[in-house]
Amino acid sequence: MQESLIVVGNGMAALRTLEELTELAPDRYRITVYGTEPHAGYNRILLSSVLAGEKQLDQIITHPVTWYNERGIELKAGVSVTAIDRKTQRITDSLGNRVPYDKLLLATGSHPVILPLPGHTLPGVLPFRDAIDVERMLAAAQGGGQHAVVIGGGLLGLEAAMGLLKQGMEVTVVHLMGSLMERQLDADAAELLRCELEMRGLRFRLNAESAAILGEQQVTGLRLKSGEILPADLLVMAVGIRPNADLARSAGLVCNRGIVVDDHLSSSDPAIVAVGECVEHRGVVYGLVAPLYAQGKVLARHLAGVESPGCYEGSTVSTRLKVTGVDLCSAGEIHGEKEDEILIFTDPARRVYKKLIVHNERVRGMVLLGDTRDGPWYLELMQRQEPITPIREHILFGNAHLGDAGHGPAGVVHLSDDHEVCGCNGVKKGRILEAISRLGLTSVEEVRTHTKASGSCGSCTGVVEQLLAAALGGDYVSPVAKALCGCTQRTSDEVREAVREGQAMPVRAVMARLGWSTPDGCPACRQAIQYYLTVFHPASHQEERSARFVNERYHANIQKDGTYSVVPRIFGGITAAKELKMLADLVERFAIPEVKFTGGQRLTLLGIRREQLPAIWSELSSHGMVSGHAYGKAVRTVKTCVGSRWCRFGTQDSEALGVELEQKLWNCWTPHKVKLAVSGCPRNCAEATIKDIGVVGVESGWEIHVGGNGGIKVRVTDLLTKVATHEEVQEWSAAFLQLYRREARYLERTATWLDRVGIGFVREQLADPAMRLALASEFQKAHTEIEDPWQAGSKTESARHFAPLAIIGQQTEVAA
Amino acid sequence: MNDTWHYVGLLDEIPSLEGRVVKHDRLGDLALFRTSDDQLYAVEDRCPHRGGPLSAGMVHGRMVSCPLHGWRLDLATGEVQGPDHGCVTRYPVRVEENKIYLCLEPDHA
Repeated sequence: MQESLIVVGNGMAALRTLEELTELAPDRYRITVYGTEPHAGYNRILLSSVLAGEKQLDQIITHPVTWYNERGIELKAGVSVTAIDRKTQRITDSLGNRVPYDKLLLATGSHPVILPLPGHTLPGVLPFRDAIDVERMLAAAQGGGQHAVVIGGGLLGLEAAMGLLKQGMEVTVVHLMGSLMERQLDADAAELLRCELEMRGLRFRLNAESAAILGEQQVTGLRLKSGEILPADLLVMAVGIRPNADLARSAGLVCNRGIVVDDHLSSSDPAIVAVGECVEHRGVVYGLVAPLYAQGKVLARHLAGVESPGCYEGSTVSTRLKVTGVDLCSAGEIHGEKEDEILIFTDPARRVYKKLIVHNERVRGMVLLGDTRDGPWYLELMQRQEPITPIREHILFGNAHLGDAGHGPAGVVHLSDDHEVCGCNGVKKGRILEAISRLGLTSVEEVRTHTKASGSCGSCTGVVEQLLAAALGGDYVSPVAKALCGCTQRTSDEVREAVREGQAMPVRAVMARLGWSTPDGCPACRQAIQYYLTVFHPASHQEERSARFVNERYHANIQKDGTYSVVPRIFGGITAAKELKMLADLVERFAIPEVKFTGGQRLTLLGIRREQLPAIWSELSSHGMVSGHAYGKAVRTVKTCVGSRWCRFGTQDSEALGVELEQKLWNCWTPHKVKLAVSGCPRNCAEATIKDIGVVGVESGWEIHVGGNGGIKVRVTDLLTKVATHEEVQEWSAAFLQLYRREARYLERTATWLDRVGIGFVREQLADPAMRLALASEFQKAHTEIEDPWQAGSKTESARHFAPLAIIGQQTEVAA
Repeated sequence: MNDTWHYVGLLDEIPSLEGRVVKHDRLGDLALFRTSDDQLYAVEDRCPHRGGPLSAGMVHGRMVSCPLHGWRLDLATGEVQGPDHGCVTRYPVRVEENKIYLCLEPDHA
């Protein structure tokens, strides 16, 4: 039988929880929602846009009545809950009904604070909290009201004031403190903001305390303690909100400022859970949307009864002022304490102010004014708490200045609609914005699904995030951890840890154990899981062909016309007459259309038909050639210069080391492709410093560099260490690769991985000789346990699967 | 002529979650897929996007992902999954005692 779930409150936190819940467990509960407001669900954050006349109320409805109907949810709009009887598990509603519940969800939100000034009950005195308040403000402005006074110079007060200004009123903001938004802004930024808003026509009384509201039948003015009287046809109180825990408190639940909940959003009564502005979690009450959504997500998983629902551990929040034309964003620590370092950039002419609070090389807080496009990025840096050392020099200039080739520095807001954001899929800015607003998209994944933008190389993901942030304002929740794919809620890291700790088992069994929503996954998760199994259970994992993309199944690269390219391994890029003759014969015999040198100094045979592949492997194998893995997430090539063997400048024998290194490291699956190079001297002709592992000869030995990339986003390597001998280079390289194999996410290149974990982590791990040796020998073991795929493949029964299953008709062409 | 059943091979010759090709002189290449619960589907071996060989794609659920650019097709309906659009011709296929029979009259059901 269905359990009954009663939800008290119809705001954004309640609705986000129900969205997630009905997705996860559509039939588990019979749900009833009580909402005091006579509306279906709307986006409270956008009320300021309604007040500013930029949107109509019906445009901010997020959950029309049909939404409730489709999910079988009963909505009691305009009905409130007046009491909870916890003993009998029943609530009493404002119509006098007593209704039983199995679970009760309190999402009662918050009350606006009303200052108990004389005259505060006069008509024309309003809070700024819900749709009715906004309707009344609009009526006052449009009904000929001239003067408005807003008490409160915080976020809400300023948004109200700017909205009323846009409606043609003369607006004065009265603020008790000496600077605006003092909880989100430092004094300098607050001063800049005041100037900015004054230029737009707002007036301010700072350090001003209100004494009395004047008027007989209707508000007429506000008298300040200083004696000054401000005329007012409308007075808005926006001095803050306090959690609405009244119902919970009278039912005897533990409450402080809000309803006290644990990391599962459970109150002191296990049958009662709570979410949103009404709760107090670890001593913190949140009033912004992102944390409420994060709470809702966790709560929904608990209510749905999913395996390992996770915990809510608090949020790092950022504030954005939603006033058109005034960009402001702040988060975390804003003043900076003694030990903190403060990075500041100001440009008075452009009215830009950026301040980052840094402690121990990690971002603790930010204040951005005038240019907030890097807000999501800084917030991410704050949440991840990664060291900023490598980017510190440029950090104030923003993410766009970190070498994202091709995706220019101009703020996305200023790009034209015709600007091609995603070069791979040809998606323009206008198309993305259109999809965001028409389909109500809120995440990069959704934009990717519907427009393809950032779906291929991913280098424009940051731009898409910025477009989302710009379009959604405070609604945009920057992604913290993404699920591996649509088949699971788990992140790639979580899956990797589960495989690491678990036993060897088939890919499908891992999916079943981790609660996959699909029986046999999708290409993304099947490959990731198999990869993790090969790394952590190398001896016992049975290779599963069905978890390999075609390239890794056929040991060749599929091309646009459905033919394949084959790259034999040529260790260190050094070949000989006999090998070349054999290859030339092979090319002629199989009528291979093209032979080309690759970027990694190897030969690729292009235009090979699927059914020819086993015969070609067999032929190459019989002449001692093995797979070059040019098709795989694997160790690919070691590029070399001629070094001291030939070069008159060479200091070290890069050819010899290159061959040794490739022999030591080839034939091993890695999270993503791995390219190496060895240069014989610092002239670095093998371009080693943009490789995953780059070795450069110097007079005293070799420098080992790691984490380089010459692709979409060029990244120069970090120096790992300096060693004297070839053996040491091999040991360090193998140990580095094994660390990467164990710790990186599937499909994460060494460059991205290093950006994430920092070179310090890698140096620390590998500095310990015992650890290094252990990693190197673990790598060696994995490497020797795999047979050359061509040798193996041409012998197995599956070789005949490359030929057609059948040929029907008069066709005479037969596979070679 | 096309509405007869052609014997094309044994079920065991199509590995689970993979595809095989049947060549036809007039219809071109057809792809046969085997799902994890041993259902068989036959469609033209040509992705509506850029003509990729679907038979080399990965099978998941009732779906196949094209190896070239990852378009997903529902094998039971022949329809490309959103946000892309397109469809492939399907052919009836049945298995009797491990033997696969293919009909070359397109399935419009």
